[in-house]
Amino acid sequence: MGIEEKIPDGVLLTTVAKVLNIARKNSVWPAQFGLACCAIEMMAVGGPRFDIARFGMERFSASPRQADLMIVAGRVSQKMAPVLRQIYDQMSEPKWVLAMGVCASSGGMFNNYAIVQGVDHIVPVDMYLPGCPPRPEMLLDAILKLHDKIRTGPITGKLGITQIDDSPYEKPIERDTRTSKSLPVDVEIAPYANAAPLPGEDR
Amino acid sequence: MTDQLEPRQGGSPAIQQSSGAPEERRSNPIKDTLAPIAGFGVTFKTMLTKTVTEQYPEDKRPTEPRYHGRHVLNRHADGLEKCIGCELCAWACPADAIYVEGADNTEEARFSPGERFGAVYQINYLRCIFCGLCIEACPTRALTMSNEYELADDSRADLIYTKDQLLAPLQPGMEAPPHPMRLGDDEKAYYAPKGSGQ
Repeated sequence: MGIEEKIPDGVLLTTVAKVLNIARKNSVWPAQFGLACCAIEMMAVGGPRFDIARFGMERFSASPRQADLMIVAGRVSQKMAPVLRQIYDQMSEPKWVLAMGVCASSGGMFNNYAIVQGVDHIVPVDMYLPGCPPRPEMLLDAILKLHDKIRTGPITGKLGITQIDDSPYEKPIERDTRTSKSLPVDVEIAPYANAAPLPGEDR
Repeated sequence: MTDQLEPRQGGSPAIQQSSGAPEERRSNPIKDTLAPIAGFGVTFKTMLTKTVTEQYPEDKRPTEPRYHGRHVLNRHADGLEKCIGCELCAWACPADAIYVEGADNTEEARFSPGERFGAVYQINYLRCIFCGLCIEACPTRALTMSNEYELADDSRADLIYTKDQLLAPLQPGMEAPPHPMRLGDDEKAYYAPKGSGQ
């Protein structure tokens, strides 16, 4: 953009960065990239009941040059992948990508030759949203988490970070149990939801 | 070419009638004045109705009770895990999102009442489609689903939930395993304690 690229973060422009990031956070315009069933939920988010305009995302931009956030909603086929990358390249920086639904995030249940196993093979993804499809609240939650990320991010936004990292294949992991998020105690758990009664069991 | 551009002969009578000169519209001053008001009728009516917008982050509406949210690995009343590490959930999963490794309980370290327990249990929420087939497959009802749905994260690795995240929190009266069976010495006494009528 301008001078902020030349000056290191936290020296001269801390307050400017805060103001700029608040402005950016509150005017993230999404580029629609609805590819499958997740797009239905994305449209519901644009409707009056969930009303994405409450978060400064006034309308889904059909033109990538007026968009800041690409919501990839649905499975990306191998044939769609170069198109997606081209749309992403046409967006003006700073720009963010939200992989909506398990298909866009990792391929989901479509682990086959036709589907890209996660759009992070093509574009850098800032927020992964599980669900098949995610309910509109889940998309709003992901957008709010992304807002938080934008607000606390560097002044340069994601400037220049348009290349993907090494292939982020998932594999079984060893987790540090001290930092993990366990279920909060006050969450209501329906103990026998979605299960048939066992033989001889009194429900 | 000209043959194709000409209209077809012998169309339906309705089309032939409408092809004549348009009827001159009669102006009605009262109707013309009221027309915009009638058009705004929907707008005015909507102003008086209740707002349908949900104020999501501040006012979270509860889901349906049987909503398919993130999973929970349940415990017995004494805190032992219900999971026996049989991997039936992983076999049932259409997206191959579940990874289970079973191990043997010993007298020194007992995690579940039976012979085996799930030593490693991971669910990849970037694959899981929340279909609930794992819940149907679970023979001990160790795996159920909660109503929590706020799962978005910015890292693929953090969205693979491990056993310590999936296990249900310890309720009052429960004790963190490993520990011996508290509800009864043998299986019959453990699963059907006295007074349960079974």
